Amino acid sequence: MTSSTPANAAVTATHYRRFERTDRLLHGFLMFSFLGLAFTGMPLLFSHEPWAASLARIFGGFDAAGLIHRFCAIVMITVFVIHLSRIVQRLFIRKDLGILWGPASMVPQPRDFFELIAHMRWFVGLGPQPRFEHFTYWEKFDYWAVFWGMGIIGGSGLVLWFPETFAHVLPGWLFNIAMLIHGEEALLAVGFIFTIHFFNGHLRPEKFPMDSVIFTGRVTVHEMLEERQDEFERLSNLGRIDELASPAAPQWVYTLGRSVGALAVTFGLVMVGLILFALFTK
Amino acid sequence: MTRVLIRLLICLLAIAGPAAAAAAGPSEQAKGAPKPPTNDDCLACHGDPSAVRASGGSVTVKAPDFAASIHGAGGIACVDCHTDLAKGAEFPHADKLKPAQCVSCHEKPVAAYDTGVHAQARRVGKNLAAARCVDCHGTHDIKPSADPQSRTHHSKLLDMCGRCHGNEEIIKRGHIQIGNIVDMFRDSIHGRALTRSGLSVAPTCSDCHGNHDIRRKTDTASRVYRPTVPLTCGKCHEGIARDYWTSIHGVQVQKGSPLAPVCSSCHTAHEISRIDVAGWKVAVIKECGTCHEESIKTYRDTFHGQVTALGYSRVASCADCHGSHTIVPKADPRSLVSDANRVKTCKKCHAGATESFAQYDPHADPSNRARNPFLFYTSQFMKMLLMGVFAFFGIHTGLWFGRGMQIKAAARLRGPGKDDSTEDGR
Repeated sequence: MTSSTPANAAVTATHYRRFERTDRLLHGFLMFSFLGLAFTGMPLLFSHEPWAASLARIFGGFDAAGLIHRFCAIVMITVFVIHLSRIVQRLFIRKDLGILWGPASMVPQPRDFFELIAHMRWFVGLGPQPRFEHFTYWEKFDYWAVFWGMGIIGGSGLVLWFPETFAHVLPGWLFNIAMLIHGEEALLAVGFIFTIHFFNGHLRPEKFPMDSVIFTGRVTVHEMLEERQDEFERLSNLGRIDELASPAAPQWVYTLGRSVGALAVTFGLVMVGLILFALFTK
Repeated sequence: MTRVLIRLLICLLAIAGPAAAAAAGPSEQAKGAPKPPTNDDCLACHGDPSAVRASGGSVTVKAPDFAASIHGAGGIACVDCHTDLAKGAEFPHADKLKPAQCVSCHEKPVAAYDTGVHAQARRVGKNLAAARCVDCHGTHDIKPSADPQSRTHHSKLLDMCGRCHGNEEIIKRGHIQIGNIVDMFRDSIHGRALTRSGLSVAPTCSDCHGNHDIRRKTDTASRVYRPTVPLTCGKCHEGIARDYWTSIHGVQVQKGSPLAPVCSSCHTAHEISRIDVAGWKVAVIKECGTCHEESIKTYRDTFHGQVTALGYSRVASCADCHGSHTIVPKADPRSLVSDANRVKTCKKCHAGATESFAQYDPHADPSNRARNPFLFYTSQFMKMLLMGVFAFFGIHTGLWFGRGMQIKAAARLRGPGKDDSTEDGR
C-alpha cells in the first residue's frame, strides 16, 4: 500500500530503511575481524597475565594467533578500503555532497554539540529529550573513533608487520612509537567498542537486550518517530519519507542478527572482563 | 700405582711374616701366644650361611665374593681389617669387634673424607645416617671403582648417592635441605646422558662434588663453592669456561663479586637443560632479570618480551642479542650490541636490517623522557586520550543508564501496553 502524503506514509509503512546491504555486510566483516584482532592481540598486550597464555594457546599458540591477527587485519583493511571507495563514489560519481555537510552527513556539526548538551541535561532531568537527525553525536563519535583507529592501528600495525621495509623510509625509533600506539589505541578501541558502543547500541535500557538495525537495516516506524524526529520531519517535508518505507526484514535476518549480535556482545564483554581483571589485579 | 704398592707390601709381609716367626725360634711359640686366625679359620665359621651372632643377625661372609673383591684378590687377611683379632683370640671371639679400620691402609682417602660433609655430619650433627666408607664401597665385596661391577663405578654412582639423596625418608631425617637432588639430576641433560645414553663422559655426582672430600658449597675449598663453579664446569666445558672468564660476568667473579653469575646461576646445578628447548630459553630470561631489573621491565614492553612472556621462544630473548658466555658491556667493541655490531646482531633474525632499522630501541622506556623523548610524549598523549575518552563516556553512559532505567520504571508503573520499548516484537 502506498500513500501520496507523508502523514499517510507514516502510518501505513511498518519500517524504514536505514542501512544499505553493503554497509551491513561491511559492518559484519568489521565485527568479525575486530573480534579476531582483539582476541589475538590482547594476549600480547597483557602477556604477563595468566589468562594471556591460555588465550594464545586456544588460538593454537603464538604463531597461529599471529597468523589469525594478520588475516583479520587484511579483512579489516579491505573493509576500510571498500568503505572509502564508497565514499569517493558517492562524492564524485553520485555527486552526493550531502555526506560532507548537512543533516545526513557524518561530519560533526554545531548541532551535535548542542544535542550533546541537551542530551546530558535530559539525563539529569534539566530539560526535554532532544530531537535527533539521521546521525546522533554519539554515533558520529563511534564512527570517527573507528575511522581514526583504523588509520592509527592499521598504519602502525603495518609498520610492525614489515619493519625491515619501513626502515627504508622511517627511522627505527619510530617502531617503538608504533608499538606503543598500536597497543594503546587497541586498548582504547577494544575498551570503547565493548563497553560504550555496546551500551549505546544495544545495552541501554531503551534498546536492551539489543538493537537489530545494523543486521536488518531497518528501523520501525515507532523507533523513527521516537528517536529521529528531526529526520522524520525533514524527510516528510521533502516528501521522501515514502522512499524509505519498507516491510519488516525476513525472520531469518532477525534470527541471524540476534545470534551474531549476542555472540559478539558476549565475547566482547568477556574480553572487557579479562582486561578489567588485569588492570585491577596489577 | 698405590694399588701395586699395596700388593707388593702384602707379598713382602706374606714372605717376611713366617720368616720372622721362624727366626724367633720355637721358644716363643712354645710360650703359647695365640696365633692370628687365617682367612680359612675365619671362614670355617663365617663361611657358614647359617652363622648368626648372639642377637640373631647374620655374620656370614660369602667366600667367593670376598675372593673376587680387590682385597680378597690382593691376599688381604681378614685380620688386616678386623685388627682386634690380629693378635689371636679365644674362639668364638667377642660378639662385638671394632669396626674395620680402612684408614690403616687408605690413609689419604680417609683424610679427605674427614674434611667432607659426611664426616662433618657424623661429627657435628651426630647424624649417623651420613655415609661412611662402607656405605658407599660395601664391605667384603669391594671392587675398584674402575670395575663396572663396583658400587662406585661411574655408571652406578648416581644410584649409590641416591640411596640417601634420593630417599625421601633419609632426606627428611638428615635435614638435607636441597631435597631429592638425585631425582632432579636424573632429568637433566647430564642425568639423561649418563643414565639413558650411557655416556661415560657424562658427569655423575663425584665429577662435580668430588668423592671423598665432598664439601658444602659454602666451604671455600669446595669444588662447588660459587666462584669455583666455573672451574669445575670448565673441567669438561673448557671452551665455554675460556669464553666465560673474558666476559663481564667472569671478570666480576674473579674480582670477587658476590652477585655476578656463575654457570649454575643461569643453568642451575642439577636440573641443567638443553639450551635449545623453548621452556629453558623462556625461563632463563627471568634469571637475567633477577639482576637486570630495569632491562627486563623494558624488554617486557616490547614484542620480543611479550611473546616470550607467553611462553614462545621464536623471538629474541636476552642471549640472542647480548650473547651468553661472552657478554661484555655495550661500550666494548666486542659486544654484540655495540654500535659496530648492532646491525649484524639484528640481522640474525631480521635479514633486511639496516642502520636505520637498528635505531629501534629494544629496551625503550616510555616513562623515561631523557632516553626516549618522542616515546615519552606519545605515551603521555595516549594516556590522556584514553583517560579522557573513558572518563567522558563513562559519565555519559552512567547518566544515560540511570535516566533509561527511570523511564522504564515509570512505564512499568503506568501499566502494561504503554511500554516505551522500541523493539518491534519480532
